[in-house]
Amino acid sequence: MLHPTPHYNVEIMNRYPLWKYILILAAVLLGALFTAPNYFGQSPAVQVTSGKSTVKMTADMVAKVDDVLKAANIANNGIAFDGSGTYASVRARFADPDVQFRAKSVLEKGLNADPSDPTYLVALNLQSDTPKWMQSLHALPMYLGLDLRGGVHFLMQVDTKAVLNKRVQGIQAAARSQLRDKNVRHAGIDRVGDNIEIRFRDDATRQKAKDVLASQLGDLSFVDSGEGDALKTVVSLKPAALKQTIDDGVKQNISTLSKRVNELGVAEPVIQQQGPDRIVVQLPGVQDVARARAVIGRTATLEVRMVDNSITPGTELSSAIPFNSELFTVGRNVPVVLSKDVVITGDYISSAVASFDQNQQAAVSITLNGDGGRKMRDLTRDNVGKRMAIVLFEKGKPEVLSVATIQSEFGSSFQITGMGNAENSAELALLLRSGALSAPMEVIEERTIGPALGAENIAKGMHSTMYGFAAIAVFMLIYYMMFGFFSVLALGVNLLLLVALLSLMQATLTLPGMAAIALALGMAIDSNVLINERVREELRAGASPQAAISAGFERAWATIIDSNVTTLIVGLALWAFGSGPVRGFAVVHTLGILTSMFSAVFVSRGVVNLWYGRKKKLQAIAIGTVWVPDQK
Amino acid sequence: MEFFRIKKDIPFMRHALVFNVISALTFVAAVFFLLHKGLHLSVEFTGGTVMELRYQQAANLERIRGTLEKIGYEQPEATSFGTAHDVMLRLPVVKNVSPKDASAQVFDALCKAESGSLKDIDTVTAKGEHVVKQSCADTAGAEAVSLQKVEFVGPQVGDELTENGLKALAAVVAGVMIYLAIRFEWKFAVAAIIANLHDVVIILGFFAFFQWEFSLTVLAGVLAVLGYSVNESVVIFDRIRENFRKQRKASVHEVIDNAITSTISRTIITHGCTQMMVLSMLFLGGPTLHFFAMALTIGICFGIYSSVFVAAAVAMWLGVKREDLIKPVKEKDETDGAVV
Repeated sequence: MLHPTPHYNVEIMNRYPLWKYILILAAVLLGALFTAPNYFGQSPAVQVTSGKSTVKMTADMVAKVDDVLKAANIANNGIAFDGSGTYASVRARFADPDVQFRAKSVLEKGLNADPSDPTYLVALNLQSDTPKWMQSLHALPMYLGLDLRGGVHFLMQVDTKAVLNKRVQGIQAAARSQLRDKNVRHAGIDRVGDNIEIRFRDDATRQKAKDVLASQLGDLSFVDSGEGDALKTVVSLKPAALKQTIDDGVKQNISTLSKRVNELGVAEPVIQQQGPDRIVVQLPGVQDVARARAVIGRTATLEVRMVDNSITPGTELSSAIPFNSELFTVGRNVPVVLSKDVVITGDYISSAVASFDQNQQAAVSITLNGDGGRKMRDLTRDNVGKRMAIVLFEKGKPEVLSVATIQSEFGSSFQITGMGNAENSAELALLLRSGALSAPMEVIEERTIGPALGAENIAKGMHSTMYGFAAIAVFMLIYYMMFGFFSVLALGVNLLLLVALLSLMQATLTLPGMAAIALALGMAIDSNVLINERVREELRAGASPQAAISAGFERAWATIIDSNVTTLIVGLALWAFGSGPVRGFAVVHTLGILTSMFSAVFVSRGVVNLWYGRKKKLQAIAIGTVWVPDQK
Repeated sequence: MEFFRIKKDIPFMRHALVFNVISALTFVAAVFFLLHKGLHLSVEFTGGTVMELRYQQAANLERIRGTLEKIGYEQPEATSFGTAHDVMLRLPVVKNVSPKDASAQVFDALCKAESGSLKDIDTVTAKGEHVVKQSCADTAGAEAVSLQKVEFVGPQVGDELTENGLKALAAVVAGVMIYLAIRFEWKFAVAAIIANLHDVVIILGFFAFFQWEFSLTVLAGVLAVLGYSVNESVVIFDRIRENFRKQRKASVHEVIDNAITSTISRTIITHGCTQMMVLSMLFLGGPTLHFFAMALTIGICFGIYSSVFVAAAVAMWLGVKREDLIKPVKEKDETDGAVV
């Protein structure tokens, strides 16, 4: 065997400049800071959220909750308002579960006038015990996936065909009524696939019709064909508008689902869009799939009804209600007595947006589809000056959203004015749009994991990582002695940094993610083994200890880079193409490679330098047996 | 301590032909089982429902299967795992049971078979989390069957996952080959990929032969092991390049033998360490991680084999030469010689 001749004349010292030690120290401290929240555990809390579409949670609720708790003599460990996300909530923390239960029942009674129809929902919850100063630095615990904490997961697919169908129907009806309004004589409007075909007898009419439709509807494209007196134009929705329609449908469904899930009183639900037409709903802690499904799949309906004029406003509660009318007491502008006849339902509403009327007052502009427009016109023609109400039925319970006076005859598009402020109009518009699910959805994936199984999974994941780490540590210590200790130290730093990074990213930890942490550690030791073997090899070739350390680290570096790059390629590919648990695995895998390169090379070299680097006359290093072939 | 007291280079390449024949035979066997038996794909790929139930009494699997057949499942798969109380059901998507309500229907039927009735139980866990769950209470009021886990996957999701899995595999193969071709040379890239894809096929062959469940997590494990054993081959190739540079007179054979011999201790120690972690998952990780760890174990064992015995041999068959790896150094030598 041939070996390079080591240089003995130059005494190599292994020293790091001060800034490198500071960098290592800073990394370890930051790692410890961001890892720490995972150890603080959680304390029992109660979460108060709005139970009604018309009631909004504000920061004022904190004082109200505090008052109710004080009146009942219940001590709390802090009340906070959390306005982030889709649903604002007030959370109060308590010393133990007993107090938490009492607080829950006290709050339920204290905040709600009618317990059978609660204005505020009170749910039991867990709050992280992480100190405030840590939270303000964004040092928060990792979020546990459903497989670790138990709960229900739904993946829902929006029926895009149905959305498109509804939209095309709307265009067909609108085209018909627009052309009639403008007195454009066509020879028939038909639906062909996802397009609408309008026939004409002459070109001038066709041109006029196109102008009318383009100015009134927008988002449409026209293709002319035919000749002589059998002319036609094919109207289709522009691709961008089509995408927008589906996107709006998904967004509306998400907002509807959020409200419904909120009502289940689930702590920390996840409702997210996934891909162009899918929605993920995750409800931690919910075990009753049937109920969760019923609540999520429930449809709310909107109705427009006339106010009963035989009742003098102000005397609704005391007067006798006519046979064909009903008294409504919940919502805006109540009490009010409405006719039992439904003019139109929410199905006819094709859009509702917040806008301003001619006096620059907040208003909601509503567009009905063709049929709805006709019905509305028939109604308003005879009822100018009378009042009309919009009622939302959810869970069979009505809630009056608005009562307005009909100013003049109108058809498919009209405005509800007198909204007070822009916030109210935006909210009503949202309610009108999302009262019912805008697009039908289908559950395509469902997972339920019991809480016991979740706790079991955490224990299993932790144990396998712990024992694996311990086995590696023991082996490394025995085989490489002092250098083994440095390697284990580096591996520990690696684990610390990896968990800190995941916490910092607020990644969701799942069981495959825990497996990836374990595997990352098992693979990361490779770099240290490479280095240690190289150092031994240099010693075997007769190098001085200092030279061997220096050469060992340097030569191993190129190999470490190479081997980590290939593993990194795998991590990135899985990240790009994986979904669900595989993506979680990929994220941890990729980050684990990056942290391992830092800790195995930089940190372990730092420790070695600190230990051996300053010893000028270093005779031997503790790296286990360095066996030279010539020796016996 | 030193495990590897190797006095002379081990002549791996002399026996390269034998090893390659062994590899080829294993490979062919794996392909045969894959084609003949096929993979036992999890519901994530095929679509369907998986339920985990815990019975109070030891579960009667025959009765469970009978009940399921009555609802309309042909050949329902009911197996116990862990203990006799835990049962796992695998139900394909069938026509007369809507996939939406499958789990509720099955649970209802199984509960009746245990002569129990469904009841909502409102409990709070020790941690203070509020839990409402539907449970099956027997006549005495005790919980006869409890639902531990339900997983339903629609068929459209499965197709997508299969497609994405293949895409991920293709991306990994292409990425690794491009990297190796740039870093070393195309012959090494081809050799490494052949050696390591052969590992992947053998892992899949094992899964097909034993009909172990192939899930998404297992797929992640297989791909992870692919990257891991490529890095094994990289370490050896790296050493081959270094040796070409240092040992000017040695033949390609000798260079490769020396490279493998001098890295073998590192290979075995590293893989041993990784394997310790994997074994810990295999025994302590529970059913979810069991097959993941199994795939890794097979992958690690065959990864060592293929890196040591196959990758370098394939590179040798492809005809790697000193000039392939160290062109610039050689040119410099020639000019030096001309001057002197």
